[in-house]
Amino acid sequence: MLNLLNGVIIAPLAATHASWSDIGTFAVAAAVVLAGAIGVVIARNPVHAALMLVMTLFGIAVLFVLQRADFLAAVQVIVYAGAIVVLFLFVIMFLGVDKTESVRAEPLRGQRPLAAGLVALGLAGVLILGLVSHWTTGKASVAGAANGPGSNVFKLGRSVFTTYLFPFEITSALLVIAVVGAVVLARRPPSTGSDGPDAIGATDTAGATGAIDATGETLDAAGDITDPTTETIDEEVAP
Amino acid sequence: MTIAGAWYLGLAAVLFSIGALGLLIRRNVLVMFMCVELMLNAANLTFVTFARMMNDIGGQVLVFFVLVVAAAEVVVGLGIVVAIFRRRANATADDLHLMKG
Repeated sequence: MLNLLNGVIIAPLAATHASWSDIGTFAVAAAVVLAGAIGVVIARNPVHAALMLVMTLFGIAVLFVLQRADFLAAVQVIVYAGAIVVLFLFVIMFLGVDKTESVRAEPLRGQRPLAAGLVALGLAGVLILGLVSHWTTGKASVAGAANGPGSNVFKLGRSVFTTYLFPFEITSALLVIAVVGAVVLARRPPSTGSDGPDAIGATDTAGATGAIDATGETLDAAGDITDPTTETIDEEVAP
Repeated sequence: MTIAGAWYLGLAAVLFSIGALGLLIRRNVLVMFMCVELMLNAANLTFVTFARMMNDIGGQVLVFFVLVVAAAEVVVGLGIVVAIFRRRANATADDLHLMKG
């Protein structure tokens, strides 16, 4: 096994003559990525988990730069760390759920050891297969060369806007669908009273804006009252 | 010369496993979403590594599309989370059994 390890892992590393700066950068970035990932899993506070996620994303961006994927590293930082994590933090703060979760509580007995065992088994399987099996790949450079001279942005852009033009157009439809879906989901449901334009139009005969607000408030309160009702119904139905 | 691609692939496998483990053992819905992001990042790292190993720009283009899908997924998922939290406060994944048969 040690011989195998030496043959498969150490030898290629020595054979490629990786410079010590590359090795050091990779080691530091990998440590940052793994520390951030473990922090996301074990952090009790969701805000801490989000900040650990930022750490992981920056480490991944460094690994992208190390592999000459400059544009993707920039997009990684801008989109993931700049938009997605900010969206996470916004929702955490907005909902006021930044309470610590009781990590110890285990509703399903034995679920966590089972999950850890399954994940460890899968990881070991993938790593062992990667070490002992042969790699079969298809034709290289189908969509164009990634390495070699020329800027990364130029090659990526030419590929996106020629070979992958149709998927690129489809992503715009996907984004529009996501935006519409988010608006529909985040809207206050009509049954619990609404302060949207429809409700204002419906109660327009009430007159002053204050009256509309008061109506909205009472409807809101009624909506809140109905929630325990559904809860009890749910309890009754559940055995 | 740069580091061998096997190292990146091993790191991506470990990162994916940590994300999958977190998705399985955590109960907070938001943290579960973050673990899904970890798994997506592991897949992205694998794509970029293979793009370099096979000298093919298609892997990087695919990472570009995965980023778009991840953004859309987070937007819709967080919309669902907001809708759930509006109905019942402090919900964990175990409390969401409304569709249980």
